[in-house]
Amino acid sequence: MGLALVTDSATLPTVEDALALGLTRAEYDLICEKQGGPGGRAPNQLELAMYSLLWSEHCAYKHSKKLLRTLPTEGPKVVMGPGENAGAVDIGDGLVCAFKVESHNHPSAVEPFQGAATGVGGILRDIFAIGARPIAVLDSLRFGEPHLKSQPFPPGGRKGEKGEGEGARSRYLLDRAVAGIGHYGNSIGVPTIGGEVYFEGPYEQNCLVNAMALGIAERAQLVTSAAVGIGNTVVLFGASTGRDGIGGASVLASAELDLSHSPDQNPPLGGDSSGKGPKGHNRRSTVQVGDPFEEKKLMECSLELLGRGLLVALQDLGAAGLTSSASEMASKGEVGIDVDVANVPLREADMEPFEIMVSESQERMLCVVEPANVAAVLELCEKWEVGGAAIGTVTDTGRMRVFRGGELVGDMPVRALVDDCPLYDLEPVKPTRKPYPAPKALLPQNPPRGDAVGARDATAARGWTGGELLLALLSSPNIASRGPLFEQYDAIVQSRTVRRPGQADAAVLAIRPLGEAGVPAFSPSELNPPSRGAGGSRDPNGPVPAIAVSIDCNGRRVAADPYTGTVGAVLECASNLACVGAKPLGTTNNLNFGNPEKGHIAWQLTEAVRGLGDACRALNAPIVGGNVSLYNESPPTRASAGPIYPTPVIGMVGELPDARRAGRLGFARAGDAVAVVGPFEPSLEASELAKLWGWELPDGLPPIDVQAVAAAQAAVRDAVRAGSVTSAHDIAEGGLAVALAECCLAGNLGALVELDDDVEYLFGECSGGFVVSGDRQALEVFSGQTAVRLIGAVEGQSLRIGSQIDMTLSELGEAHAALAELFA
Amino acid sequence: MKFGVVRFPGSCDEVDALRAARRVGDAELLWHGERDLKGADAIIVPGGFSYGDYLRAGAIARFSPVMESVIAFARDGGLVLGICNGFQVLCEAKLLPGALLPNANLRFTFRQVDLDVVRGDTAFTCACGSDGGLSAHPPHSILSIPAKHSWGRYYADEQQLAALEQNGQVVLRYALGENFNGSLNDIAGVRNERGNVFGLMPHPEHAVDELTGSTDGLCIFASMRLAVEGARV
Repeated sequence: MGLALVTDSATLPTVEDALALGLTRAEYDLICEKQGGPGGRAPNQLELAMYSLLWSEHCAYKHSKKLLRTLPTEGPKVVMGPGENAGAVDIGDGLVCAFKVESHNHPSAVEPFQGAATGVGGILRDIFAIGARPIAVLDSLRFGEPHLKSQPFPPGGRKGEKGEGEGARSRYLLDRAVAGIGHYGNSIGVPTIGGEVYFEGPYEQNCLVNAMALGIAERAQLVTSAAVGIGNTVVLFGASTGRDGIGGASVLASAELDLSHSPDQNPPLGGDSSGKGPKGHNRRSTVQVGDPFEEKKLMECSLELLGRGLLVALQDLGAAGLTSSASEMASKGEVGIDVDVANVPLREADMEPFEIMVSESQERMLCVVEPANVAAVLELCEKWEVGGAAIGTVTDTGRMRVFRGGELVGDMPVRALVDDCPLYDLEPVKPTRKPYPAPKALLPQNPPRGDAVGARDATAARGWTGGELLLALLSSPNIASRGPLFEQYDAIVQSRTVRRPGQADAAVLAIRPLGEAGVPAFSPSELNPPSRGAGGSRDPNGPVPAIAVSIDCNGRRVAADPYTGTVGAVLECASNLACVGAKPLGTTNNLNFGNPEKGHIAWQLTEAVRGLGDACRALNAPIVGGNVSLYNESPPTRASAGPIYPTPVIGMVGELPDARRAGRLGFARAGDAVAVVGPFEPSLEASELAKLWGWELPDGLPPIDVQAVAAAQAAVRDAVRAGSVTSAHDIAEGGLAVALAECCLAGNLGALVELDDDVEYLFGECSGGFVVSGDRQALEVFSGQTAVRLIGAVEGQSLRIGSQIDMTLSELGEAHAALAELFA
Repeated sequence: MKFGVVRFPGSCDEVDALRAARRVGDAELLWHGERDLKGADAIIVPGGFSYGDYLRAGAIARFSPVMESVIAFARDGGLVLGICNGFQVLCEAKLLPGALLPNANLRFTFRQVDLDVVRGDTAFTCACGSDGGLSAHPPHSILSIPAKHSWGRYYADEQQLAALEQNGQVVLRYALGENFNGSLNDIAGVRNERGNVFGLMPHPEHAVDELTGSTDGLCIFASMRLAVEGARV
């Protein structure tokens, strides 16, 4: 190379600096070795910053990569698997559905509004980075107990005794996270069509904010992030680059390293906790700030650039900014990239090269363009009023080189940066002591754990009726209606939403937007869809192909049994899909866990991934992408310290041939028979009722017969598709009685159910049970395929079960509306 | 009959409006930076967050080149429909009286709402018959249409409000118990005095297909067609 790197050993960072950046001594030595030359070469400040990011857990998956390799990632429907910005599955007609889930946990704990908003922004960029138009967002949230005023039995057992502050932080985090998700999704014109939220003590100090997005693309228009074509131009477009997000979700957050040897340099990492710095930048927020308007323009611009065939490769800028996107594009294309930071449009003129390279400013994309097309690309950027600048070149050097004008300021082998980070084996140890305290009892007079018969007798003896238990469960924050959250999201923009939140177990979206008789052919740029009659057409009386999507994970059950709990989470998603008539196509996941360097967390992670793989294999729903978020735990010095419940959030996408037959959860016809379908053998262990009673977590859950559950799902799916059931709802938290109440409330119809007053049968939980309603003869369809038990009929305006439950719809509805107070 | 649907940077529901309009006629998008209305017989200013809703919802959009032409078109008597953000833009442009303030609950709220058609004899509701077709207008009907917005509380000062009511400019009201945003007099949609400009907060373009929940919004677009083609005869 013509330019020599200026490295003055006096200003080089030391191994102590590397340690402060989260690298180990051995990793630092390896970096020196990889930097080449006899005996290696110590990296300079910029290089060390780049290595520390790319070799962080967040980018390198160094504690999880080996495990993730065990997951099933291939199948006939998989078009794009893990490793790209998002996975994609074939949905027929030349189209693919792209989807992925990602976490934004730590930023959301610091600043929930922006943390959640930029989480949505980030996952949307992943979708349009592969050339798909985002069509939906879902979110998966976890917080500590909110301590609702309306819960009938607050801690302590008596009303009015709870401290004002209790639950205040969880309520605040929920409120702001929901507002942030809505702010971003609503403003950008992508519907938020589903999601889930759980409240549990172990999330008190470590909330989880996971966002999932889906997109649709023509298969032929998919683009990868591999930089190819020596001599091609690298163009950065979107927002300008500032100091925000430096030291954000990365290892830099905890760094107190002072690399600023020259007096006019800024403290390098934004997160400097010393409180003083040469230019006062040190207290700057480390959380990125999102701008959905900027992203909306960026999205339309990206899709139009792709639609016009102007791009060779495209990649979004997420964690670690330009550093990771440029290096990963080079790595995938097996090329080198030269970047000149002098050409990067900046918000602040005095930014150092390393700041420019590690900034996590939002709403930016990087693309590779043939030189002849650069002018056209920049012109289109101008049309959409987004910034655009040629900042680099694809080279054959295999090196990532950073220039400032004519000066070479960093030079690293791409392979070393991206591929050579050492991977670590987990050292799983099954815990002998329970890692989680028993939840605080929320109901008084609790029967002893594990004694279901005793539970029945005890509750009866202590004056508890099934009806009171049902109301307590319906108003429990984990079960109460999510309506007050979903009402804050636009669920219908883009004219595809056939099942909105609350109408069915899974969201259902028509693959092609519903339009006039001659629906315009789908075009990713959709600048000006062809006029009436042109393009593809939908027979007004023909089927409407659709996709369905669900996201779920009951962390408490995973904590009780990481393998079985994770299998249960995967099955739960597939059951949700079955209830609308959809068959799984593919799965994404976000593994939220504590510190994997601890034996029991490593064991949770290992077992969960084993369950994830087994369940996805059994359902033919391969993993097409995902994300890992580790170290979600608080130091033992704090109250409610320790790890979160292990939370492998599962997102699953399925297909259904005709949206007109999409299932609903609510009872819809008085006189319909009501049946329990599937291998339903509920247990109170780790159930929501057990939690309200303060039972400690069991050591393991009853094993699940996955094949039997899959058979029940197939039977329900077929019955929904055939139109032989009026409603279908899977039995989940709160068990059968809660499922029945939900069917009543969603359909505004009551039911008379003849069952024994068996607490375990009515309130226990397991995988594989469904409540269906329909014509009595039509329900015969299930016999021979799976277990079916007729339990009653749809009638009246109250729910009556056995001798103890007789509640009007308004009593049920009032209890179910418990979360409304959080947003009043 | 051709609708022109304005597209600002930050518009979200413009393609939905385009598709809804195409169920009753021809329709084309109009880019905010251009003044050419491409021969449209009626204009739709769609929902979304034009220019990010910065400064104030609709405050920047009204100054765009396309809006100069839309304002002139309206002054010449052309039909202009503003939906949600489009309603806000038309108020900012003074084509419609009043203003939209933050919802009473101070939150973005998405709800399917029932609307009373106060007047079925306007250019925007003349097809809102009980059969939803192009038949003669009935005296009264109810439409189920989704609403989704943060700034939807209709406000006008006392004098303006009295004038609106007196002139019969209130076209749609939230039905009993449906006024979640706190709009004065339950106003969901108003027209100008001349009757050729109409704005509403709920989204009729999202109520044009049974599969997505309702077809009650279709009559708004059908009415516009009826009005334009009737005027031509």
